[in-house]
Parts: sequence; C-alpha cells; structure tokens
Amino acid sequence: MKVFKLLGKKATRFGFGEALVELGEKNDKIVVLGADVTTSVLTSFFRDRFPERFFSIGIAEQNATTIAVGLALSGKIPFFASYSAFSAFRNADQLRISVCYNNANVKIGGGHSGITVGADGATHQSLEELALLRTLPNMTVVVPCDYLETKKATHSIAEIYGPAFIRFGRAPLPYFTTEDTPFTLGRAEIFREGKDVAIIACGTMVWEALIAAEELQKRKGISAKVINNHTIKPIDIKTIVESARECGAVVTAEEHQVHGGLGSAIAEVLAKNYPVPIEFVGMPDRFGLSGEPEELLEYFGLTWRQIYSSALKVIERRDYKSGSNHIYRKINEIVSFSDELL
Amino acid sequence: MTTKIEFEQFTFENRARTPEEFADIAKELRRDVIKSLYLARSGHSGGSLGTADIFAVLFFGAVMRYDPTNPNWNERDRFVLSAGHICPILYASLARAGFFPVEELRTLRKLGSRLQGHPGIDMELPGLETSVASLGQGISIAVGMAINDKYLDKNERRVFALTGDGELQEGSVWEAAMAAAHYKLDNLCWIVDNNDCQIDGRVHDVMSIYPLDKKFEAFNFFVIEIDGHNFSEILSAFQTFHQNHKNKIGKPTVIIAKTKMGFPISFMNDSYEWHGIPPNEQQMIQALSELL
Ligand SMILES: Cc1ncc(C[n+]2csc(CCOP(=O)(O)OP(=O)(O)O)c2C)c(N)n1
Repeated sequence: MKVFKLLGKKATRFGFGEALVELGEKNDKIVVLGADVTTSVLTSFFRDRFPERFFSIGIAEQNATTIAVGLALSGKIPFFASYSAFSAFRNADQLRISVCYNNANVKIGGGHSGITVGADGATHQSLEELALLRTLPNMTVVVPCDYLETKKATHSIAEIYGPAFIRFGRAPLPYFTTEDTPFTLGRAEIFREGKDVAIIACGTMVWEALIAAEELQKRKGISAKVINNHTIKPIDIKTIVESARECGAVVTAEEHQVHGGLGSAIAEVLAKNYPVPIEFVGMPDRFGLSGEPEELLEYFGLTWRQIYSSALKVIERRDYKSGSNHIYRKINEIVSFSDELL
Repeated sequence: MTTKIEFEQFTFENRARTPEEFADIAKELRRDVIKSLYLARSGHSGGSLGTADIFAVLFFGAVMRYDPTNPNWNERDRFVLSAGHICPILYASLARAGFFPVEELRTLRKLGSRLQGHPGIDMELPGLETSVASLGQGISIAVGMAINDKYLDKNERRVFALTGDGELQEGSVWEAAMAAAHYKLDNLCWIVDNNDCQIDGRVHDVMSIYPLDKKFEAFNFFVIEIDGHNFSEILSAFQTFHQNHKNKIGKPTVIIAKTKMGFPISFMNDSYEWHGIPPNEQQMIQALSELL
C-alpha cells in the first residue's frame, strides 16, 4: 500500500497557474480570460508568457464567461478563472445556458475557494459552488487534493471536450502526491486501503482524511479506507459502491457546505445502489467568518478530528443496524471521546 | 509584534464645519486605517486611505443624518459601501462617530470580530446597513432603498452609496444606473472613487470605463466631478446633492471623485500595488509618521 508523506505546503493555485503555461506551450488554442484578479488566481503566469492569447475583461465575470463561450464556439479552448464565488456562482445563468446548454468547451477556474481563503471573510469563502455546478448537465467538476494534483487536473480538463470546472485555493496547504500518484479524470483513487470504514474526501480534506485514518488505526485499531474523490462529476460509481460494500460505513469530507456537494453526490450513489450509513463532514449550513485558514478549519470542524469522530459514529450506526451487542459500551466510548475532541 | 498600537479614545461630532476642519478628522481616520490593517495583517490599504477625505466630510460634516446612540433611527440617511473591500475606512468612520468602541478597530479580520474582512450584517455591527463584497451589488441595494424611500415610505431620507471605479466594469452597475435614472431617484447620491486603480493595474488598461462623466450624463444623472482630496469641493458637491434632493430635480446625483489610491502616504500614493495589502511594521511606522 502506498503511504503518503507530507512533502511540504503549497497553495493549489500554483498548480493551476503553472499548468496553464505548460498547456499554452503545447496548444495554441488555449486562451485565457482575466477578470482583474489574475495575480491572485495566477493566470498572470499565462498572461506574461502569452500576452497575445490573454484577454483582460475587467471585473465582469458574467461577461467573461459568455465571451469565453464565443471563443469556444470559434474553436478555441478558453480558460476563465476568478475567485470561485465569482467565476462559479455570480455567473450562474451564463454557466447554465451559454456554457452548458451549448456544451461549449469552456474551462472555469475557481480560485480562493472554501473557508481557507481566510480573513476576507464569509463573502469570499465560496462553499456552495459545487452544489450548483453538479446540477448542470454537461459540466465536469474537479476538486484536486493538492498542488501537484491541481496541475494534473488542469491538464486533464483541457484534454476533454466540454465545460469543466476546477477548484483551487489560496492558502499554502499540505502537498503529498507525487508524479507517480495516479490521476484519471472521473476515477476516484484509493489512497489507503481499509475495511472497517470508507472515508471519501475531496480537496483539502483528503490530507485530513489520511491523518484521521492513521489515528483510527493507532488509537482504535480501526482500519479506514481513504478515497480521494477528486472528480465530483461524473462520479465514480464503481469505486464508491465497492467501497461501501466492503466497509459498510462511509464518511464524506469536503471543504464545502454539507448540503449539495461531494457528500450529497455520494449519498445519491449509495441510496440508489447500496445504502449504508453515511456521516457528512463539511460546513454545517452556515456562512463563514474572517480568520486565519487553519483557525477556521478548526472552528468549523473541517479537520481530521471531525472525520475521526464521524468514523466512530458511522461504524456505530452500522453495527447497531446489524444488531451488534457491543452497542451501548461503544456509544459511551464515542460520546466521551468526541467530547474531549470537540 | 513589537510595536504597541494604541487607538486614541475620542469621537468626532457630525456637524457643519468649514473645509479646513476636516483635515484633522481625515488624518485620524487614516491613522485608524493604518493601525487596524497592520494588526489584521491583511486587507485593503489603498482604497481605504484614498477615500478618507470623502468619509471625513460624509460622516462628520452634517452631510448625513444619523444617531450613533440609535443606529436604527428610522429617519436616518443610509450609506451603502458598494466597494465592500475598503471597509477599514467605514469601520474607522463608524467608530469615530460613536457607533461602537474605537478599541474594537484592533479586532479587524480576526476570528469572532464584528469587523469582518468584508462587511457582514450577520455580525450586527451598529451602523452597518448591509453585507457587501461582491462588486456591483451594493449600488443596486442602494437603488432599492431609494425607491423605497421615494415611492413607498415617501419620506425625506437620503441614500448615499460609494462604488470603486474598477467596480463600474460590472455590467449590473449600469443596470442600477438605468433604474436610478428611470425612477428619478433624486434622493440617491452615488460617489465614484475614481482612482484609476484596481488589482491588475490601471482601470484604463484593464478595461476602460471612460469617458465616465459622459456615460453618467447619457444615463440622465446630475454629474459632479471633483478633486476627491479637496475638502471644499467635496463639501460643496454634497451640498449640491442636498439642493438637488430638496428641489426634487428628478435625477440621481453622481459625484465622480478623482482620488489617488493610498493618498497621501509617500510610498503608497497612486500605486495600484497597494490595492489589497496591509502595511508591515516598518511601513506602518513610516505611514503614521507621515500622518502627524
Ligand atoms: C464580483 C466581484 N469580483 C471580484 C471581486 C474581487 N475584487 C475585490 S476588490 C477588486 C478591485 C476593485 O477595484 P476598484 O473598484 O477600482 O477598487 P479599488 O481598487 O480602487 O479599491 C476586485 C476585483 C469582488 N469583490 N467581487
């Protein structure tokens, strides 16, 4: 089994910015649109390298999205990136009708996503866009787990035809995948084998899931499978159902509202194919706050600790269903443990 | 952090003043902005400093009616900061007006603070009228308030709103402009912070919004262009708006204020690089020494 080690900290936006330049070298159909925040989402790398294929549209995300459609319908592969709140929400109607209904080959970059954008506060902490994007026919939705995977994913969405969204962030966060780590759009990767509970995560929560699995093993002898479900749409039904079948209990974890994102996607798959108890780790249906990224992850319960206690809880629910008589002892154990943690 | 930061504990009255009297107020507001951004270690210095002269007149020159002891007074004028990112200057103004303790300015952008990185109404900060941050939306909210006051509640209240100039690139801003003129909102005073700076560079390079005066004229606004660092011009622009409102001219007023980002701090003045960063310790000390 591959063991992931912490290699350092780097913001995923660098993966996006660097990949765009590599793509630009390979393919002269790649064009990039900017909406004033190019130095934040690092489309500035592309702008500086290929100024003739970069178009500044100003702070006009709706216009940029639809201009991208015009370019796509003229045979180009336009990338438009801004903060996720603006490139994947403010322009919802444009995404729905002009991008997706046209099945236009437009690629959307959603930077500064999630709670980890930090001190800018609730208005900038995009925690809802996956719910929106997931419902759009034709749209591919990718949430890579670290810097290098963001780079690979950016290449991958350029290679497929059709609308695609890639999510990345501002804060320097753990990176741990290597060139050898497999990445295929639409295929969830098992990052750690396990049989007692399956933790299905995306983005920043994948690293937290790996830590939770380690702690579950160390403290409780629980063997947790960790799945990096980077592609939210189209979702990898096979891997998810097999894992649920094997473990009988699932925890989902994402830096997104608990409603509508990865957790909901997994629940849909399992409700239809193989219902098992699920616990959801995510933003608890509320707006964020200003603060430091790591402080906010703690505050809103988006760390390995919540994944850990959710794993205990979901195993409990599974065993209760299957009539295990250890139930009462176990419940007490969980309650005291999670109290101490939370 | 080595330097101890103190906030002088006093407030300013909102009353008729001569232009000269605003200089000290603006200076104090700028000092507050510098200190709170330094403590926050992130945030938007440029626009917050560049608009301080306008805020000094707007909040402390009997331009707006408000009562800090009764923030929800139902005859107050309302102010909407459509360019939500420059909230440090709004927070400084509200604190110096007495809406909340000046000391609270040191909590800017910290976990649990009422002074969010971008204004959030959920924190119940006295004096804050609305959450803002997604550029272009505040001005439409202001239009909605003005429609309410003119046509539904039929009162004498006025609505003031400030947008950036990069912000004018949002198409919805011009939908707001169209509606404001269509509904003859002479109770609306729209201030444009025309510093020609935004994140990526000069507004005229990123996406030109010019000619601005002619655009607003074509939209049927009463247009006033001023030097946004000249207190006489700022004051008389607001007085003209008061007249327009009193005389029911049937047009919204726009004040296009030519400003300099970061003004008057030597190392920030007129440079877009200061749009979204705070001063470090040395810069903070330098900036405060220029504001004595
Ligand atoms: C809809 C939207 N898009 C992007 C942003 C990110 N953003 C914040 S401030 C800013 C630049 C604003 O420029 P301007 O209005 O000229 O303000 P100034 O730079 O003068 O402070 C941008 C793009 C935002 N807040 N809202």
